[in-house]
Amino acid sequence: MRTSVSIATILAAVLGAATPALAFDPDRPVEFVVTAGAGGGTDIFARTIQSIIGKYNLMKAPVIVTNKGSAAGAEGFVYTATAKGDNFKLAFGTNNAYLLPIRAKVPYTSADLTPVAALAADEFILWVNGKADYKTAADFVAKAKEAGGELKVAGSQSKDTDQILTIMINEATGANLGYVPYKSGGEAAVQLAGGHVAANVNNPSENLGQWQAGMVKPVCVFKSERLRNDAKVAGDASWADIPTCKDSGIPIADYNMPRTVWLPAGVDQDVVDFYANILKKVSETPEWAKYLADTSQSADYMSGAQFADFIKSDEASVSEILKREGWLAN
Amino acid sequence: MGNIGLLFEGFGHILTFQHVLLMMVGVTLGILVGVLPGLGAPNGVSLLLPLTFSMDPISGIILLSCMYWGALFGGSTTSILFNIPGEPSSVATTFDGYPMAKAGQASRALTLAFVSAGIGALAGVVMITLLSGWVANFALRFSSPEYFAVYFLAFASFISMGSSAPSKTLVSMMLGFALASVGMDTISGNLRLTFDIPELIKGISFLIAVMGLFGIGELLLTTEEGLRFEGIKARVRISEVGRTLLELPRYWFTVLRSIFIGILMGITPAGPTAASFMSYGLASRSARDKSNFGKGDPRGIVAPETADHSAGTSALLPMLALGVPGSATAAVMMGGLMIWGLTPGPMLFVERPDFVWGLIASMYLGNIVAVILVIATVPLYASILRVPFTIIGPVIVAVIFSGAYQVSNSLTDVWLVVLFGLLGYIFKKLDYPLAPLVLAMVLGDKAEDAFRQSMLLSSGKLSIFWSNGLVSTLMAIGCLLLLSPLLMWVLGISRRRMTRPDLQQGPSENPL
Repeated sequence: MRTSVSIATILAAVLGAATPALAFDPDRPVEFVVTAGAGGGTDIFARTIQSIIGKYNLMKAPVIVTNKGSAAGAEGFVYTATAKGDNFKLAFGTNNAYLLPIRAKVPYTSADLTPVAALAADEFILWVNGKADYKTAADFVAKAKEAGGELKVAGSQSKDTDQILTIMINEATGANLGYVPYKSGGEAAVQLAGGHVAANVNNPSENLGQWQAGMVKPVCVFKSERLRNDAKVAGDASWADIPTCKDSGIPIADYNMPRTVWLPAGVDQDVVDFYANILKKVSETPEWAKYLADTSQSADYMSGAQFADFIKSDEASVSEILKREGWLAN
Repeated sequence: MGNIGLLFEGFGHILTFQHVLLMMVGVTLGILVGVLPGLGAPNGVSLLLPLTFSMDPISGIILLSCMYWGALFGGSTTSILFNIPGEPSSVATTFDGYPMAKAGQASRALTLAFVSAGIGALAGVVMITLLSGWVANFALRFSSPEYFAVYFLAFASFISMGSSAPSKTLVSMMLGFALASVGMDTISGNLRLTFDIPELIKGISFLIAVMGLFGIGELLLTTEEGLRFEGIKARVRISEVGRTLLELPRYWFTVLRSIFIGILMGITPAGPTAASFMSYGLASRSARDKSNFGKGDPRGIVAPETADHSAGTSALLPMLALGVPGSATAAVMMGGLMIWGLTPGPMLFVERPDFVWGLIASMYLGNIVAVILVIATVPLYASILRVPFTIIGPVIVAVIFSGAYQVSNSLTDVWLVVLFGLLGYIFKKLDYPLAPLVLAMVLGDKAEDAFRQSMLLSSGKLSIFWSNGLVSTLMAIGCLLLLSPLLMWVLGISRRRMTRPDLQQGPSENPL
């Protein structure tokens, strides 16, 4: 009798313990794999989320951030992809997660990663040197055509978002801009501030410091409507004062870069849901709103089927350009 | 002078009990991560970064920057004691620091390194204080051709300085270039020399290479040399520290030259590694009596250490003023700045002078705190060498392997360390110099990127390297340095012909 009671107790204890464990909740540190070097846009994206999770206690398990940014971020994605079924590794990146395997022979494919969520869309702006005399995008295009191939655009990485956008500008306007790849948007910003190149297509936050000092100035934003943030950020000018490219001489409507979060392949749906839910909570905090406003990104939370569809269409449209340029790796 | 006034205001901000305590904590932690190979300053600072989110920016940057100073000092310690550079920039310190320690003068080597490092760092801060406005504009003039010229200068000042045959130097350097090109190429975005091994796409970490080449290679040699499993009879006396301090003024010229090189390399983001190599190269070439270099010449410690630290401190200026980090650690700190809600860039000086000048003031105090702390630890570190090799040898192997794993949590790296260890051993046996390989590995891919970016900028015209005063001057000095051994040799021959014709065949008699 005593035995059966104790068995029942044990059973009850086991079952009792098992029931809450069904809903996933990490019981060991979660690694945020930043697929970029320290200090860059992706790094700040991940670390901001880390600090918000810590501040609001959204997750019991501690968060560790590691930077694996070599090979244009492929290091971090390979690291995550090879940890198949690992519930405690999240890769933070942009659309490079699914663009890298298309353009370079990296040892992973986008099928090795499980999309969790996208939290923001970083915008692209055409910037020129602060002393340049062009006023509108049309002036810049005219000058570029006149100069033949002599006007250069500096950008971050090779065959990545910046170079693709430069090619799109050339295709849309008939200009012949040259592209010079640097290691980061920060380097591209300084090259422009020093007047060594004619333009760059940096994200807003990458050029903000130079804009405030008058070393560079924005010409137009690659978005179908103007940016919303109308706080005075650089002297009398605000982000909302920048005209759209489509209205001022470069017919490209919407070009932006999602900030994305991934798990390895082979994880359960409730794990994906758990993290997607936490990221959703993060995206609703005032700190997140402040981060978006400071870096002038657009709020754009996507998860589940919506995010999957977005990936599919983005992948298809960019692949087309890569294909035309002969950059497909396989 | 406006800057001096601002500096005193900065001191006003930071002279609180809490901040001084943070400095000491930061420096101590920094020394720890600097001493452990593989951890290093960038990793240490990024581990500490989350802790600072809840601090105010001034406290945060004091903690992080002091950790950086501490790590720079700690990195020299292992270079001198075990021939294992904790940081890329302290590789050059091993060339003379380790032989000196091995000869039983560990205290002297450590003291020389720490004090000259402290002098270098303070010189860097003084430069920042006085010239902050001017330097920011100067750094803006640097584009890819100028970068290439600076790297070229570093290579040129280092080439042909060794005692080895020039062909061996060339082989070693070319091997370094090949190793540097493993991984993804910045310009084309394609993978090179990865042989479909996933772990190689990130390239070969420089730290892995030096831990193997220097650390393991040296252990193999020591073991082979008759298994002298006894500690080095290091005299550990406080008076030794004092005597070394008195010795330092003798090297005033080396110190001045190294400060100059360090500051130049720090404000152009070529960085501390290029600075320390270049400074060492110039010191050994300009010395009248070269015979002692590589065997424990004090100038071979003073030169790289001074340049390393003055470049390390100066590197913070481009970070603050332009938003371009001059070193990996500065990049991490810049990330911190942005999370605290500050935008690095020219406006930081205008909008948050309390932060900028608080940081600069903390650099003065932090470095003084660091020098005092590390000098106090000299006897402790030096006595490590008295532990018999049978105990310390295996400990070093364990530290190297765990350090190699820590670099990027990869077991492949541990195997690579073994391979590099064998390579280092073979190099030593066949009298191939390691330094050119290391230099090419650190600066090779940067030089390549800069060259190809220049070619893209100029649409393929080499004349871009002579297109303005700055780049032309740098290139001209580089060419001169490159050709100087040849010129010396020609001069030497003609002089010898005139005076002592009987010695004409001197060089060719050298047995192989």
